Amino acid sequence: MSETRTLPRASGLARFKGANNEGVLALVLVVLIIGMTIISPSFFSVGTFFAILRSSIVPLVFALAVLIVIISGGIDVSFAAIAIFAAYTAVKLTGSGNFDPGLIAIVLFACLIGALLGLVNGAVIARFRLSTLIVTLGTQGIFRGLLVAYIGSRYIADLPGSMSAVSTSNLISLEGGGANAYLHVLVVPVVLLCVLIALMLRRTMFGRGIYALGGDMEAARRAGFSVVRIQIALYVLAGVLAALAGVFHVILGRNANPQDLVGTELDIIAAVVLGGASIFGGRGSVLGTVLGVLLVQLINNSLILVGVPTAWQRTAVGVLLVIGVGIQAISAKRESKRVLVNDEVKE
Amino acid sequence: MTSSNPPTGQPGVPVLEVRNISKSYGGAKALEGVSLALQAGHVHCLAGENGCGKSTLIKIISGAERPDGGEIFIDGKPHPFMTPSQAIKEGIQVIYQDFSLFPNLTVAENIVLTSVVAKRSKVFSAGKNRPAAERIVKELGLTLDLDKDVERLSVADKQLTAICRALVSEARVIIMDEPTTALTHSEVARLFGIVRKLQDRGVALVFVSHKLEEALQVSQDLTILRNGIHVVSGPTTGFDRRSLIKHMTGRAVNETRLITSPQLEERPVLSVRSLSVSGAFHDVSFDLHRGEILGITGLLGSGRSEIAESLFGVLPADSGTVEVEGKTVRVRSIDDAIRAGIGYVPEDRLTQGLFLEKSIADNIIAGSVDKHRRGPVLLDSKKVSSSIRRLFDQLRIKAPNVLAPVRSLSGGNAQRVVLAKWLANQPKVLMLNGPTVGVDVGSKEEILAVLREQAGNGMGVLVISDDVPELVTVCNRVLIVRQGSVIDILEGDGVNGTAIEELMAA
Ligand SMILES: Nc1ncnc2c1ncn2[C@@H]1O[C@H](COP(=O)(O)OP(=O)(O)OP(=O)(O)O)[C@@H](O)[C@H]1O
Ligand SMILES: [Mg+2]
Repeated sequence: MSETRTLPRASGLARFKGANNEGVLALVLVVLIIGMTIISPSFFSVGTFFAILRSSIVPLVFALAVLIVIISGGIDVSFAAIAIFAAYTAVKLTGSGNFDPGLIAIVLFACLIGALLGLVNGAVIARFRLSTLIVTLGTQGIFRGLLVAYIGSRYIADLPGSMSAVSTSNLISLEGGGANAYLHVLVVPVVLLCVLIALMLRRTMFGRGIYALGGDMEAARRAGFSVVRIQIALYVLAGVLAALAGVFHVILGRNANPQDLVGTELDIIAAVVLGGASIFGGRGSVLGTVLGVLLVQLINNSLILVGVPTAWQRTAVGVLLVIGVGIQAISAKRESKRVLVNDEVKE
Repeated sequence: MTSSNPPTGQPGVPVLEVRNISKSYGGAKALEGVSLALQAGHVHCLAGENGCGKSTLIKIISGAERPDGGEIFIDGKPHPFMTPSQAIKEGIQVIYQDFSLFPNLTVAENIVLTSVVAKRSKVFSAGKNRPAAERIVKELGLTLDLDKDVERLSVADKQLTAICRALVSEARVIIMDEPTTALTHSEVARLFGIVRKLQDRGVALVFVSHKLEEALQVSQDLTILRNGIHVVSGPTTGFDRRSLIKHMTGRAVNETRLITSPQLEERPVLSVRSLSVSGAFHDVSFDLHRGEILGITGLLGSGRSEIAESLFGVLPADSGTVEVEGKTVRVRSIDDAIRAGIGYVPEDRLTQGLFLEKSIADNIIAGSVDKHRRGPVLLDSKKVSSSIRRLFDQLRIKAPNVLAPVRSLSGGNAQRVVLAKWLANQPKVLMLNGPTVGVDVGSKEEILAVLREQAGNGMGVLVISDDVPELVTVCNRVLIVRQGSVIDILEGDGVNGTAIEELMAA
């Protein structure tokens, strides 16, 4: 451009910050770990580390579902309802453990249910162009109601053998020396899912379409993206992920309770937003989401360790969400002023 | 078939033709029975006032909107309507007036994404697609940062990105809806160079611009719309500026200087002394009086916009003083400037600062709630509605009523809402950067009249512009900026086109 002016640019710092504040998040994590270690030296151990990873398994899979919805410019609060619907129904069909079709069949069946429920969300949102929050608020009530009314409301304690076998499988077991540490085997599929979703978001046109949708839906339509198809597929995928999270939850908890997972939605959304996904859509990464989930889990764990009552943990997550959203709102405002400048001062 | 063809001078099947297209939005007719034929290797200029339906017609051709009636012929094959992917597959590329870019994606990805979608590819590789983006940027001789997110670009760079995107794939029809609003002369010249190359390759082009000289220079065929109705089509050689304006507006437009020197108060409303911003401009001094319209002009890069930005706190000055009504003010931020009574309408075609889903009325009043209070909490609703009504009428915003959402306005009309918003705030000093860019030639005059009236009511008005006729029509005095310094101040009869052009370029 002929009108050139170099504004000072924070290059090194900006790179560390990352596209979605991943660097900052990693730093907060490290600071928190150091702080906790100082307060309570026993905190810093392989056991704690594995325990936090274990407690992150279900939230992380949920968070992946929420992430893709948020990137597309929507918000989903029905994922927990879908998860327990799918997982409970799958377990229930085994007749409380009397009949074991095998782990793969159970998982596939749960995924199918998750896909169908996600399809309901996606179809309503894409077809009627309604607010995603309103639609998923509605469907989550419906899914929960249907589950309790038609599938069952009874707690199932005896899982089929193929499932309970996984419950007690560890990837790494460190025993002896007074402190035992176990890394649950389910971290393997979770890591795999993270990699797959990250690749999908980055390397497939479906993934780019999700970002395009979140950036500007009308522009996406004009660019030839099939907005309706992308939206439906995206909610189906979110439904499948939620179902997987539900199954993992059942496996880890060694029982299937239709009342479970209620009220965990906020934690997940908070973690995703903290992880740099923009509430306005169009931004977010798997790496940031992983860091966000770990941060929330670490905080929850730390609060328990220092003896803060559970009720206050909810408050802490609420505060985190406000901070995450607040940062975004402030930087969006600053950005809009910056653009005003930019209008003429071409860089 | 030939009988309904507008006389475009070349025989043969048009690459693309629309016939009898109609479109209305909730009762309001945007297009009525419009036809248009595009010939290979020709640039077809589409002209008309703001809101006459140019963009609507373009969106119908590109599949972004569906017509209520009419047909679209591609290579003689009829379609009742297009879809975006169908249009892209047929080789139709559009530079939309609002750019339609993805703010959250990089320049490189914005440029190539559409063509990857069109290929129905399932995977996307940023690395593999980058060379294509690099090639087009180089071909246009630009220095766009391919890795930057589009939302961080200046308006001009966004526009250039949109242009690159339309040119990157081998299109047969390229439609440009006001592609030059934010560009410099040299960029426009380069774009026209590319346009000529495309013509040689047999591409059919549509060109929309309110800069009539550009339109006349670049096009071979011309179609004029008025209020959604086809007025005339023909070879461009049959038109000149005057006849074009006549057909567009249905009347003759006065473009002569109407300014006399007003009686000025002794004390200036704005007084600037030795203002400097390193790297932008230095030692700028001038006075602005109530009732006066002062022009600031210079080539792009001369520092003309930076002076206004500095006064508005966007680009705080390194040294120098600013006085408003005799009181020294420190302007370190936009809030400081607004508090001191300084307003700034940035050069802005993306309807920046507007709430697109909100009504015209809400948008007009959004910036001046404080000026319309009754007591600490309540709004003075009578005052609010009279302000809105007055500005809506004065600026001739084309909309069914003030409650229509801004999104439903044509580009030029949204631009007027931005102007109305700042006028509602009644600042002591109002600075406007390119106040009539994207506004049709007939309404330019009306908007300039509004500025004159505002000045007459005691506002000090600063107009930053490179539109020489506009400066001549409206300014009492003109400041010429070159390479960051004020080199001359023209006054009275000294304000004329030749003088300004010579001083600017010299
Ligand atoms: N989505 C919409 N809803 C309602 N009215 C609309 C919509 N889009 C366009 N219009 C109306 O259709 C008419 C034609 O608008 P259009 O954008 O085609 O004008 P234009 O010729 O491109 O004007 P400009 O030169 O200002 O860009 C205008 O009166 C506008 O208000
Ligand atoms: Mg238009």
